[in-house]
Amino acid sequence: MNIIEVKNLHKIYKESEIEVHAVRGIDLIFEQGEFTAIVGPSGSGKTTFLNMIGGLDKPTEGEIVIDGVNINELKGSKLIDFRLRKIGFVFQAYNLIPVLTAKENVEFIMSLQKRPKKERIERAETLLKAVGLGDRLNARPSKLSGGQQQRVAVARALASKPMFILADEPTANLDSESTRNLLEIMENLNKMENITFIFSTHDARVVKKARRVITFDDGKVISDVKNKY
Amino acid sequence: MLISIAWKNIWRNKLRSGVVITAVTLGLIGGILSVGIMFGSSDQHVKDALNDYISEIQIHHPKYSENNESKYFIKNSESTENVLSQIPGVKSVCSRIKIVGMANSPEAAVGIVINGINPEKEKTVTDIYTKIPAGSGSYFENTKRNPILISSKLAEKLKLHLRSKLILTFQENGGTMTGGAFRVVGIFKTTNAMLDETNVFVRKTDLIRLTGFSENTAHEIAVRLTDKKMLETVKSEIIKKYPNLSVMTWKELQPDLAMVTDFMNQMMAIFMMIILLALGFGIVNTMLMVVLERIKEIGMLMAVGMNRIRIFTMIMLETIFLSIVGGGIGMAVSAGILDYFGRVGMNFSSVSKGLESFGYSAVIYPKVEVSFYFILSFLIILTGILASVYPAIKAVRLNPADAVRTDA
Ligand SMILES: Nc1ncnc2c1ncn2[C@@H]1O[C@H](COP(=O)(O)OP(=O)(O)OP(=O)(O)O)[C@@H](O)[C@H]1O
Ligand SMILES: [Mg+2]
Repeated sequence: MNIIEVKNLHKIYKESEIEVHAVRGIDLIFEQGEFTAIVGPSGSGKTTFLNMIGGLDKPTEGEIVIDGVNINELKGSKLIDFRLRKIGFVFQAYNLIPVLTAKENVEFIMSLQKRPKKERIERAETLLKAVGLGDRLNARPSKLSGGQQQRVAVARALASKPMFILADEPTANLDSESTRNLLEIMENLNKMENITFIFSTHDARVVKKARRVITFDDGKVISDVKNKY
Repeated sequence: MLISIAWKNIWRNKLRSGVVITAVTLGLIGGILSVGIMFGSSDQHVKDALNDYISEIQIHHPKYSENNESKYFIKNSESTENVLSQIPGVKSVCSRIKIVGMANSPEAAVGIVINGINPEKEKTVTDIYTKIPAGSGSYFENTKRNPILISSKLAEKLKLHLRSKLILTFQENGGTMTGGAFRVVGIFKTTNAMLDETNVFVRKTDLIRLTGFSENTAHEIAVRLTDKKMLETVKSEIIKKYPNLSVMTWKELQPDLAMVTDFMNQMMAIFMMIILLALGFGIVNTMLMVVLERIKEIGMLMAVGMNRIRIFTMIMLETIFLSIVGGGIGMAVSAGILDYFGRVGMNFSSVSKGLESFGYSAVIYPKVEVSFYFILSFLIILTGILASVYPAIKAVRLNPADAVRTDA
């Protein structure tokens, strides 16, 4: 099943006089259950692309259809609500609310979805156990390591039951041990629960785990290798 | 959950929040104490004037009210007094013979109002009997003929002392000039120098003997109330019973006294608004810093699905909490200070000469009404809401894509 369809996507940043053509005509289709890495040199447009398919930024040209909805046509709070229901996010940093505990951070996204309190608490605990943080439920982010924080972010992204999870360089700030650990968790979730992950990375060890690798250069897709095992 | 996040957020930067809260606290303490002092003193001023001289309501012959001519008096004053004292809300009633005249000493002569009073009954209406300092005589005690109470102010003017003799001249009932020699038995002093200077008190019986008025007449009936809020109802009740008499409240008798109070209230309202406005700007500034500092976090929240209303609400709640905490401490501390000084009094005697000549007491008992705290709480919350608008707008205008970029 196709969940994301991208057609002729362009993004031009205009900053005063200078125009930066960050994405130059990308056509891609993503399917349910993918475990996809987007790679490419710095400045090749990976973040720009992920932000657009995540509904965080508007394309200059082209179409993004997610679950049958052209998200360019969603405005303001409709778009925010769409993100809340359909997309999970894991960023490189600043993922969590510092004043809330790990459990509350995971609960928080479900409270935005107006889920009942009991369900929120149970699901938050289940998910944090699944990412190996069953014993750190009540720790605030500042008391967690970088890798643990990213695992909370993954649990948070899963909590909202999204169609797919976007992760822009989720391991960039992690040491190799934490990187391997996080990847393992993501892989397991993908295999066991058929959760779709699309992530960008510079890390060759992370790329190795991906089952589809899309390579960007200068705002274009230069290769797209699927079903790699 | 938003409420708890907002509450926790204000304690993230304890120093900064502490500074804002302290500013709000101190600003409010300053404001509330000033209001308390002004309000307490103007309240005391009115109370003193009512207690010492004016009473809440006075009743006269309608023509007497126009130019104080003694030929216009109330007949049957005794039965009138009895009827008045039955009206609900009336605490006490007392009638007087009141004649304009001259006080003559060997040194000088001044125009005065002679109050012919029933000394015992007068105690239920005015506090003059408590205003004779030790060593300045007494309130009509053990005296034989024509005793008189004069104020220290008048004594000074006429160069009189305790037991001095002075001659009063006035019109008797009918119009012929007459007079009598009186002996100073007490020298009183109230906070109202202006009224002190023009009023003397003698026994009604002495004045009747000299003027020929009957025992059952009065120029003035003073009415005290149990509750100042009953003023208008009691007044209309009296008018219903005595449509031919002139019934005036203290506000009508002393319009300037009432005006000063109203004016004071307005000044204090403006004063508090200015303080809150200044604090509001301080809060705006702080919250702008908060938003700036949390760009990435707010961007992340918007990215994962927190809508603009919730972001706005979160910033607004934080701002309101800051003002409420500061406001709450400020009001609590002020209430404590006001309670203490409201009992003990604040002595402004270093500037009291000036104050007293305007009828203000030198010892002020600061106080504010309970309703003031309610209005102030409302205004503090309003300040918080208004101060949050601009920072909150800044926050919701953030573009999540820019905000989450880690390289930016
Ligand atoms: N907000 C912006 N305004 C102007 N130019 C931008 C903006 N964001 C990105 N760019 C430019 O667009 C191009 C693509 O940037 P992007 O961040 O998408 O690359 P990337 O592949 O994610 O790089 P990296 O691997 O370093 O994260 C770069 O040249 C960058 O400078
Ligand atoms: Mg990037």
